[in-house]
Formats: sequence, structure tokens, C-alpha cells
Amino acid sequence: MFGLDGKVALVTGATGGIGAEIARALHGQGAKVALSGTRQEKLEALAAELGEGVLVAPADLSDPAAPQALVEKVEAELGRLDILVNNAGFTRDGLAMRMSDKDWSDVIEVDLAAPFRLARAAMRGMMKRRSGRIVSIASIVGTTGNPGQANYAAAKAGLIGMSKSLAQELASRGITVNVVAPGFIRTPMTDALNEQQKARLMERIPLGRMGEATDIAAAVAYLASDAAGWVTGATLHVNGGMAMT
Amino acid sequence: MSDTAEKVKKIVVEHLGVEEAKVTDTASFIDDLGADSLDTVELVMAFEEAFGVEIPDDAAEKITTVKDAIDYIEAQKAA
Repeated sequence: MFGLDGKVALVTGATGGIGAEIARALHGQGAKVALSGTRQEKLEALAAELGEGVLVAPADLSDPAAPQALVEKVEAELGRLDILVNNAGFTRDGLAMRMSDKDWSDVIEVDLAAPFRLARAAMRGMMKRRSGRIVSIASIVGTTGNPGQANYAAAKAGLIGMSKSLAQELASRGITVNVVAPGFIRTPMTDALNEQQKARLMERIPLGRMGEATDIAAAVAYLASDAAGWVTGATLHVNGGMAMT
Repeated sequence: MSDTAEKVKKIVVEHLGVEEAKVTDTASFIDDLGADSLDTVELVMAFEEAFGVEIPDDAAEKITTVKDAIDYIEAQKAA
């Protein structure tokens, strides 16, 4: 139902737990997948795991010129770009009182400006073909806020506003633009929480467990597919019911 | 008709899916040929690609008719 045969996808941040799972899901649906990230060895390892129809495309998205070059590389090597997944992002947490300009702008640059630049570069070919998918990975904190994450929450909320605007600009060209907003996903970082912290977190998640990267990847695979052709400007919250917006 | 004019009109026909006869020099992309704002951006990008010229935003805004496009591109090529 969510088949992606013949499609080409680009996943940024493919070295991370969620990004790698998204790449696996899209590849599993038949897409050729370009894997981007900063750690070449991890990209190579994922590429080796996936097998055929994979391009390793390292990029440092803090460089403003990188997004255009990355999209051009994918189009040159895989022939086209049908599905852009803006997954790359990082945090630099701190209470606002202590947050430096650099902590603010570095996060905004990679988590919000780079996705915009990637979308701008990708939409050219998509417009010509009258079809395309842009899916950005935001976060529950973009909707709810989170103390210590003013920069990250602003970037993630920004992705939602950006996507709604692009959705309206590009709808007439058959391009959909959507957001997946994960809640708390099980990662090495959340595994490090102590039992009491975990218990407090669970109280806030009606479905009673942490999310898995596969929960997010499934949402992306849906939005990337032809089956989601009538969905645009939407934010799909995948958070175990933690925030119902 | 100059080479430039011919090429410009061909691009307009292809991009907007309009009949060639409608693409006169004075035809306005939006008012006469049914283009929307995104179409005009696409046209400018297509002109840039086809002619190897750069059309900055302030110049692009003033290109509203077929003749505007031809004149601008010919001026750029002559420069």
C-alpha cells in the first residue's frame, strides 16, 4: 500500500537512530535512498546493511552551501529526488538565562535553516515533475515547548510553520509537505534516565511506553507514499498520546 | 522573429500549456496566459537555464509579458 518502487529519497541525519530507521523503511518499500550525515563510517555501515540502491552522501548541514550541493549530488547520481526527509537535527540545551547567541543560532541553522535550504533545492526538480514529497521531522516540543530547549523548540515549531507555507506554495504542483512530530523515543540518551525519571515520564504517556524509531519511520513511509496524496500541511504527532493537539 | 523570441515563446508554450498563437509579444503571463505566481517563478528559472543568464528578483518582477522577457534576455546577452 505504501510502495515506493522507482522513487528516490534523501534522508538527512541517517546516522542517527531515527534517521537510520527511516532509511530502512523507505528502502524496504522499494525506494532508492541517499543517506546523508556527518559520520561517513556510520553511513557506510548502514549502506552495507541495506545493499543495493543506496547512495552515501555525507554533508555538513551547518555549511549554508551544503544543502544545494547535496541535492545536486543525489540528482546526479540517482537521477532524481522524489522524497526529501529532513531528519537531521541536534540539541544544545540550556536555560534561556544561560543560552548564548551561538547556542541559539547553531541550532536554528542546522535544525531549521538547513531543512529550508534542502526543500528549496529539492522543489525545483519536483516542480518540473509535478510530484514530490517533503517530510520534516519536528518534535513534540515544537508544540508544547520544553524548559531548557528554547532554541530547539523554536526550530521545531519553525519547521511546522515552514511546512504549512511550502504546502500551500507547492500544492498546485503535486508536491506535499508534511511534518512528523515524535514524542519521547527510546534512545541511548533516554536509556540513561534513572528508574524514577522513567516512571515520571511514563505517567505522561497514555500508551505507557517510549516510542521506537520504527514508530516514526512508519509515519514517514506513509507520508512519503502515494497513499498520502491528499495529506499536505499536516503535522502527524507520534507520541503515545503524550500531547494531543 | 529572433532566435531569442522563438526560444522564449517555445518555453512559455511548454510551461503554461497554452496555444502558440496566444503567445504574442504583448501577452501578459498572468492576465492573458493564465499563469499564477509560481508559474512566473518557474518561467524565470526556465529562461535562466535555457539562456545561461541570471535574472535577479527585482528584474524578474518587471518581466510580466512575453516581450519583457525577450527584451531582458537580449539585453543580457548583448552586455
